[in-house]
Amino acid sequence: MAVQVRVPTVLRSATAGQSTVDAEGATVGEVLDQLGGRFPGLAGQLIGEDGELHRFVNVYLNDDDVRYLEKLATKVGDGDIVSILPAVAGGAV
Amino acid sequence: MTAYESVLDLIGHTPLVEVSQLSPNPHVRIYAKLEGQNPGGSVKDRVALAMVEEAEKEGILRPGATLIEPSSGNTGIGLAMVAKVKGYGLKIVLPENVSPERRQLLEVWGAEIIPSPGNEGSNGAVRLARRLAAEHPEWVFLYQYANPANPRAHYEGTGPEIWADCPEVTHFVSGLGTSGTLMGVGRYLKERNPLVQVWAIEPPTGEMVDGLRNLEDGYIPPIFTDNRGEDLLDRKTIVGPAESVRWTRRLTEVGIFAGISTGAALAGAAKVAMSVESGVVVFVAPDGGWKYLSTGAWTDDLETVVERARQIIYF
Repeated sequence: MAVQVRVPTVLRSATAGQSTVDAEGATVGEVLDQLGGRFPGLAGQLIGEDGELHRFVNVYLNDDDVRYLEKLATKVGDGDIVSILPAVAGGAV
Repeated sequence: MTAYESVLDLIGHTPLVEVSQLSPNPHVRIYAKLEGQNPGGSVKDRVALAMVEEAEKEGILRPGATLIEPSSGNTGIGLAMVAKVKGYGLKIVLPENVSPERRQLLEVWGAEIIPSPGNEGSNGAVRLARRLAAEHPEWVFLYQYANPANPRAHYEGTGPEIWADCPEVTHFVSGLGTSGTLMGVGRYLKERNPLVQVWAIEPPTGEMVDGLRNLEDGYIPPIFTDNRGEDLLDRKTIVGPAESVRWTRRLTEVGIFAGISTGAALAGAAKVAMSVESGVVVFVAPDGGWKYLSTGAWTDDLETVVERARQIIYF
């Protein structure tokens, strides 16, 4: 599956400044693995040693946080948008 | 008729109103919990009162004390009202890009506003408030993101009210900020009926994440972690400003004048409705529309309003 990945400013030094990159994979995990292979600076930042998403990284498939779908095993479809976002305080508080 | 002793006694016991006419699925009923009916105008009155009374009970808050709190508006406004009634000073760290009405309301109850950079959003306000609180140990820092009285206000108030009015609820939908509403109501409802699904709605992070130097600058509210938020939530989804404004407008079809984050929550409720065969969705309408009149949300061209909404914190 070909997807588009959005990279947040804080991680763009690892992608030579690119804010969106094309990637392939059947699941979110495969997409992130492929990205990590292409941009070695990203690899350690997204997935922790436990194989799970880094605590301060949220990954969205289109609009949904994948932690509440099937996590890294969440299946992606052609044309989906995978967004990587740092966890920050937000909302009406 | 009951005569109340204090305006603070009017906090809570808000009405639940059916808005199923707006449901995209005829087999899914939708109810709005109208938190704008609170005397300070938002759901945050509950949190403000609960945090202040807890601090009084613990002896942290003494007569004449000064409070400091980061807020994009509603908690600040609720605290300003409570502080005025109870005689405390209040300093609110407020991002510069909130709607002017939020600022004006803080001024109504005499809170002092400490501005924080708009492009850092709530995250920047939290950071600045934490620094100022550390520098001024004489100020009382209630810290809504970490204060257990925040989710407790919802566990003891909002949650039981929803359960009493609508025990047939299958899905609960609410915006995610401090996570207090979701943690408190979500836990209460799941204890009553483990099958209840809890959906969190988030605004897009927009430009406020651009200022982060590294991922470790990120932030997860301690009350989210303390309440095992990852296990409690069933879904977390982003609703953008266009959808939020569109659903805020649709609410007027049933006569409800609510803030833009209510439109976001209703958009989430509609998403639930489209994803299930049948059910009963309850969502929180955090405030009324009054504080957003200056955005032209109901009357101006949609694209113009959405562009304006991108510039301010409306959620």
